[in-house]
Amino acid sequence: MTSSQRLGPALAAIAVALPMIAVIIAVVQGASGADPELWSHLREHVLGRVALNTVILVLGVVAIAMALGTSLAWLTAACDFPGRSFFSWALLLPMAMPAYVLAFVAVAALDYAGAVPMALRGWFGDGLWLPPIRSTAGVIGVLALAGYPYVYLMARGAFLTHGARALEAAQSLGLGPWQGLFRVAVPLARPWLAGGAALVAMETLADFGAVSIFNYDTFTTAIYQAWFALFSIETALGLALLLLLFVAAALAIERAARGRARYSAADSGARTALRVGLSGARGWAATGYASLVFALGFALPALALARWAWKVAPIDLDARYVDYALRTVGLAGMAAFACLTLALVLGYATRQSAGRITQAAARVATLGYAVPGAVLAVGVVTVLGATDQGFRALAGGEGLWLQGTVFALLLGYVARFLAVAHGPVQGGFARIRPSLEEAARGLGLGARELLARLHLPLLGAGIGTAVLLVFVDVMKEMPITLMTRPFGWDTLAVRVFEMTAEGDWERAALPSLAIVIAGLLPVALLTRRMERAARAA
Amino acid sequence: MRLELRDLTKTYGATVAVERLSFVLDAGRIGCLLGPSGSGKTTVLRAIAGFERSDAGEILAGGERLSGPGIWVPPERRRIGMVFQDYALFPHLDALANVAFGLRDVDRAARRRRATELLELVGLADHAGKLPHELSGGQQQRVALARALAPRPRLVLLDEPFSNLDAEVRMELAQQVRAALRAEGATALLVTHDQREAFAIADEIGVLRAGRLEQWDAPWTLYHSPATRFVADFVGEGSFIQGTVLGPGRVATELGIIEGQLTLDQPAGTLVDLLLRPDDVIHDDASALQAEVVERVFRGAQFQYKLRLPSGTTALSFVPSHHDHAIGERIGIRLDAQHLVGFPRG
Repeated sequence: MTSSQRLGPALAAIAVALPMIAVIIAVVQGASGADPELWSHLREHVLGRVALNTVILVLGVVAIAMALGTSLAWLTAACDFPGRSFFSWALLLPMAMPAYVLAFVAVAALDYAGAVPMALRGWFGDGLWLPPIRSTAGVIGVLALAGYPYVYLMARGAFLTHGARALEAAQSLGLGPWQGLFRVAVPLARPWLAGGAALVAMETLADFGAVSIFNYDTFTTAIYQAWFALFSIETALGLALLLLLFVAAALAIERAARGRARYSAADSGARTALRVGLSGARGWAATGYASLVFALGFALPALALARWAWKVAPIDLDARYVDYALRTVGLAGMAAFACLTLALVLGYATRQSAGRITQAAARVATLGYAVPGAVLAVGVVTVLGATDQGFRALAGGEGLWLQGTVFALLLGYVARFLAVAHGPVQGGFARIRPSLEEAARGLGLGARELLARLHLPLLGAGIGTAVLLVFVDVMKEMPITLMTRPFGWDTLAVRVFEMTAEGDWERAALPSLAIVIAGLLPVALLTRRMERAARAA
Repeated sequence: MRLELRDLTKTYGATVAVERLSFVLDAGRIGCLLGPSGSGKTTVLRAIAGFERSDAGEILAGGERLSGPGIWVPPERRRIGMVFQDYALFPHLDALANVAFGLRDVDRAARRRRATELLELVGLADHAGKLPHELSGGQQQRVALARALAPRPRLVLLDEPFSNLDAEVRMELAQQVRAALRAEGATALLVTHDQREAFAIADEIGVLRAGRLEQWDAPWTLYHSPATRFVADFVGEGSFIQGTVLGPGRVATELGIIEGQLTLDQPAGTLVDLLLRPDDVIHDDASALQAEVVERVFRGAQFQYKLRLPSGTTALSFVPSHHDHAIGERIGIRLDAQHLVGFPRG
């Protein structure tokens, strides 16, 4: 291939990576250019508390999510107990529940004046001591319940595909099934467990909604306050840079924990070994454990939401809700379309040229999954502030060209969620053998026809998955929307934030319920794929 | 349509994949590039199809220059059909739609007619509605052939067309492919490393070695009059014994004086290595010449014996299988060679 043929794809990949590159440059430059006095103020008054809070939160959430995810994955993958096949997919449902929804439901139900403590005091008397929900333990518990499905999913996949063979080998060497768990299955699943833990850590570092409901100060809430209470974008940029360093540290730890292990892809011939039957009390204990997690993580919150929503619907459900819903769907649709288009360009570019520049650009373009929304928001505003200055210098006037427009919001969404669309699209491209393209070209198809008659039909499922995932992620998204939306562009998630900020839990239930129902779609997709994989194995 | 390559050259960095390759394949003929893996045969095929750019030389089809200095026709405009080693059937389309894929600029009815006609030609009319994964390997292969033939290409290329198939169906399928190509009057070029496939399907065979063409000839000529030692070795089985040319068609060897048509015109007195095919060495109990059995392979109707001659060199011999001799036994042999092929020693 000539160099001009390679240049095109490389340029396309770099163009797709531009938003992310611009945001990172803006954050690093803005933070390093900040006033030294500001830094010393931050160090004295904010940093110690916020950093400590963040570290405690991440460690606690990861530890509990790992324990829950790994144990539940082992129970549903390798053991048998009453209700096992139901729980094997039902335990994924908490994924549909954004952490901030779980958080306000927990606070509303368990706070001193909440329904549960009231009822308990009614039975046991007013002197009954109950652990306070608004505490470090409370916020850790909520985020762990929201995050454990990532670990569960990864661990279960590893146990099902790789565990069976290795466990049989262990059994033939004289190890019992429980010895097998700790000596074979868990060490074997280490790369996947590390990956699951990293996802939970990313989500926790990025969380804004849940911690603000608990008034638990972390970097994300500090960024928001620096900007909207202190009106200091420099402070916000400085905090954003520090948060990015935390993310980088978490990723580095994950790499180290994964070790040198690079296990081959699952051999499709692997069959699930005989499950360990848990009989009698042990079986029911397993059922009880799985039921408890399912109830706390999904069933009870969903019921509470439905009840409150039912109660407030007659007064609350008016024309404004149509507006919220339409805005949300419109934004999510635009973001999904933009992410899909860029993911297709990126996928096509990396397929046409595997050059080092193209690969690097693709990696940068998909960094968004790791960069918290609060960081992206300040980055986007800074970047667009600079471009607006350029426009004003050219055209004169005082106007804001891009800042505070829908474009700013979409830029943030694309930077954050391009990775979400990139995964399925890239997977779809990988499944199209190069000889198919050659066959089509040999039959006379040019580049455009190739896309229309070969790539798009074959990418079909991947494109659908990409659009769905981005759509739902944008619906749930809170910090970027909150910090960069144009005036009046309130989405369902913004409505949830505003109602919970006022402690008006019941009126936050209606928009939350809509978000949870939309969130069930990708989870359904995931469970269907999981079942198909299980059937194929 | 007539295919011509002139001095085609392709290098990858420092490695030369194809070096100054030239040959002509006339319209309606079936040609084959035969060579071991790494001999550059697939590179040649992909250069003709337009998936690789050659560094020098020209490719002409029916008089049109497809590639040459300053000229490069992209694959979609070459009108050259290709059957891929992995068949490359489009997984989202059924057999009929796969065959019709390259039929453009004609109306639906005509597309359907032509695609059906080709499925009939390859004997798969009953499988028109099946998706690729519902077809056996041999059936997929025939759909791929029908797809390549459907737009009436100038030339059909087949890349190791039978390598993914069971040995039992290979020869049968080779005959079917040959018949289909003939019925369409197509000009075709295939590449393979298996000389039996080449013999079964091709009118002309070119033997490639390290990117160079060693010989381009009819199969029969290739076997009986190989131009080089490599061709003699690679095409069919054989062994060499030392000899001295006595005159036209007469060579003296340790097995006596052999007479036949000498291919190479060596002057008397030249020392040569004489090629012996297994069917040139005949087992004869009455013969005074004795050779020791050192290896035997039972092949059903016959044994293939490896024999050690008095000088220590070995020769292969096909012997009807009722002549069952143990390893180490000495048996009588004589030579019955009609085509003498000798390469000067040194």
